[in-house]
Amino acid sequence: MKKIFRNLAFGLILLFLYAPILVLIVYSFNDSKIMGPWAGFTLKWYVMLFQDRYILQALYYTLIIAVVATTVSTIVGTISALGIYRMRSKLKRPYLLLNNIPVLVPDIVMGITLMSLFIFAGMKMGLTTIIIAHITFCIPYVILAVLPRFNRLPENIFEAALDLGATPRQAFWKVLFPEILPGVTSGALIAFTLSIDDFVISFFTAGNGVSNLSITIYSMAKAGINPKINALSTIMFGCIMVLLILINIRSEKGIKHIQ
Amino acid sequence: MKKNTEKIIQVKNLVKFYGDKTIIDEINFHIRANEFLTILGPSGCGKTTLLRMIGGFETPDDGDILFEGKSLLNIPANKRPINTVFQKYALFPHLNVYDNVAFGLKIQKKPSAEIASLVQEMLRMVNLQGQEQRDVNSLSGGEQQRVAIARALVNHPQVLLLDEPLGALDLKLRKNMQMELKNLQKKTGITFIYVTHDQEEAMTMSDTIIIMNRGRIQQIGSPVDIYNEPRNAFAADFIGESNILDSIMLKDCLVKLQDVEFPCVDKGFEENEAVLTVIRPEDIDILPPGSGFLDGVIESVTFLGMHYEIVMNCKGINWLIHTTREFFAGDQISIQVDPNNIHIMKKEKDHEII
Amino acid sequence: MKSFKEYIAYPYGLWMLIFIAVPLLVVVWFSFLSNPDFKAGVYTFTLDNYQEFMDPVYLELLYRSFLYAVIATVICFIIAYPLGNLIISLPGHRQNLMIVLMIIPMWVNFLLRTYAWMVLLSGSGLISQFLGMLGFQDVSLLYTQSAVILGMVYNFFPYMLLPIYTSLKKIDPDLLRAATDLGANHFQMFVKIKLPLSLPGIVSGSMMVFMPAVSTFVISNLLGGGKYMLVGNLIEQQFLTLNNWNFGSAISMVLMTIIFLVLGIARLITGKELDTGGQLL
Repeated sequence: MKKIFRNLAFGLILLFLYAPILVLIVYSFNDSKIMGPWAGFTLKWYVMLFQDRYILQALYYTLIIAVVATTVSTIVGTISALGIYRMRSKLKRPYLLLNNIPVLVPDIVMGITLMSLFIFAGMKMGLTTIIIAHITFCIPYVILAVLPRFNRLPENIFEAALDLGATPRQAFWKVLFPEILPGVTSGALIAFTLSIDDFVISFFTAGNGVSNLSITIYSMAKAGINPKINALSTIMFGCIMVLLILINIRSEKGIKHIQ
Repeated sequence: MKKNTEKIIQVKNLVKFYGDKTIIDEINFHIRANEFLTILGPSGCGKTTLLRMIGGFETPDDGDILFEGKSLLNIPANKRPINTVFQKYALFPHLNVYDNVAFGLKIQKKPSAEIASLVQEMLRMVNLQGQEQRDVNSLSGGEQQRVAIARALVNHPQVLLLDEPLGALDLKLRKNMQMELKNLQKKTGITFIYVTHDQEEAMTMSDTIIIMNRGRIQQIGSPVDIYNEPRNAFAADFIGESNILDSIMLKDCLVKLQDVEFPCVDKGFEENEAVLTVIRPEDIDILPPGSGFLDGVIESVTFLGMHYEIVMNCKGINWLIHTTREFFAGDQISIQVDPNNIHIMKKEKDHEII
Repeated sequence: MKSFKEYIAYPYGLWMLIFIAVPLLVVVWFSFLSNPDFKAGVYTFTLDNYQEFMDPVYLELLYRSFLYAVIATVICFIIAYPLGNLIISLPGHRQNLMIVLMIIPMWVNFLLRTYAWMVLLSGSGLISQFLGMLGFQDVSLLYTQSAVILGMVYNFFPYMLLPIYTSLKKIDPDLLRAATDLGANHFQMFVKIKLPLSLPGIVSGSMMVFMPAVSTFVISNLLGGGKYMLVGNLIEQQFLTLNNWNFGSAISMVLMTIIFLVLGIARLITGKELDTGGQLL
């Protein structure tokens, strides 16, 4: 009895979470411009999607921004986390406080503050400003992912490596880095996801020339329902599922390797 | 192998501050090759800092550390012919047992066949053969300990530093590991510098003990010497439990404590000098009431397996007595001490009793 | 670890000053300036921007944002707390699977998720068709208050579930057994043990739903059709269409103040700083 109730609850919540996405996927193959009854199978929305120069351009910008922002924020975030971990001075608290601001402050405030700065400083809104903005909100998450790894390092393992003859550089790459690597990976993953997904901050810092997928979807959606967006969501959802399955296979292999 | 008389490490006037706190206060001592030396002291006495300076992980503020007559101070930790077994082992969690032990040899770029045979040999020596592929996080405390020791010893250091290596183990395992460590030291002939706060560990394993407190050396000597002739009240109390009593040296060979005169064998104090008298609990004989030096009432009796521990109250002062005979709380007894077992020490202001 | 000094974090410190601290200060500064005649470079210090916000129109809008966000947070909690308990009752590997299943929709672009509800709720959408079959004709749920709140719940629900699940998971089952052993009934065990121990998760989950909900402008624009202006919409409008940055900055300051007040209250409840980072992975 309890089991039936439990499964019913899970079923309902999963229906709530997945129904909207499944509906989009189904309608992306529907041969009708309105989201009404089924009017036959078609791939024309996909064809139209790939003929839409603006969407392709937005996809290109989204990826460029995400790759650059992720790379920079992962490297800078990891190095800075090491520095913050080593901090014995009174600087540590202000660092962590300032670092937490982009996490705690609403996106819209981050967006308008950065926009004000760029305009105030006379910078032209475009790819540079949007990338700076993305790096700024990604680094804090990388630090939040990496810093606990440093804090959890077993006592003296850096010294142990030196003791066994490793140079500081060898000790870092052979001992410290493998230990913090899971933190760095998840930091990079969070940064990439946030950058791909971001709308609000990009919206305020992009200006007119550059538009990422989120901004493009927003302006299309504001005009009403558009089957091309359905096709786009289906493709994006497909990519996510493939990615998740790949990650899953990899981590299962990892578990087997340990066993 | 070097001769037993050679001073392999000399520590000269070593000083270390943390901020304005003096951690190590002008320490001098030396270690002979093949020696098992223990630095014994309470937590915070500076023993770990001293070890870390020898290992190269801390820089002294003054003084020198010599290895075979040459200063070590400008040699970084990774170039010193010294290896360390860290307090919490500091095993590399991402490497298995084999790779942990092989770490130093791989850094030295030894051929892999040689590494394999050295690692196997060392794992056999610490009874871990067949465990090469295990994840170090899945090992028990005792096994992790053995890996840490193997990882250090496989490099054939001239000196091995051990920082409270048995502190995290349970009592029985600790006893076994003490024996094994001592055997390993004899077998390999490597000089061991061992840091601990456990006096029993120090007594059973060491050739020489250095007792430290508040950054200073209190006494250096063999376990027997230190036990029998503690140089001050701190050393006496730290090595085994003791009765330490304020008393007056009336003249040579006569001390007054609790208003009773006791004959003793110590000389050379001023007349009526205030001193401390140290008496070991096992050196006190129990007699029927009225027949010894001092009378008192037994407050408590605890059976400790080998003997009874008795607390006797005599005019407000508690005496600790060890005996194999059974007594009961409330019994009236009298005590007597052989003059040879009464140790008189000078009162030193800054060496407080812990 | 002598060879790595804290100064390797200094460049990022400079970055934070330039791109986090200075922009915030710029906006604070803007909020106290006004340029009544719209002459270039003529600004005066004033509290007018804040005074302007005291207008009932804006206050009602602030109240609405707050109300919607609170309602969305409460709904998320009402669903997530029992759900978290149900997930805990599953065997270990199935717990992980269930959590992953709950997170996957989060990986779909936020705008697409919101857009999906436009499709579902529209006049010709599935829900209206279903209601039509039941005899309710021409019900359009899109562009209503309920649609806005629904959008908030849907988008931010996992933010509530994860911290609650984590905090429930951390409770040692022996504690609950001990409470029962000491004579507590189910209700007492829940009120005296489970609820207080999962409070940090509840509070941080609530913050993580409340904050994006109170500041959103996307959900209200797409699902409310612009009919239900929220603080977020107002800020966006001031900055992007009306070009009144000073008023926009003042509103942002009000919004930030509200959020930090709520954060402060949350901190008082749990007695420690909230961990809002890294919850999702």
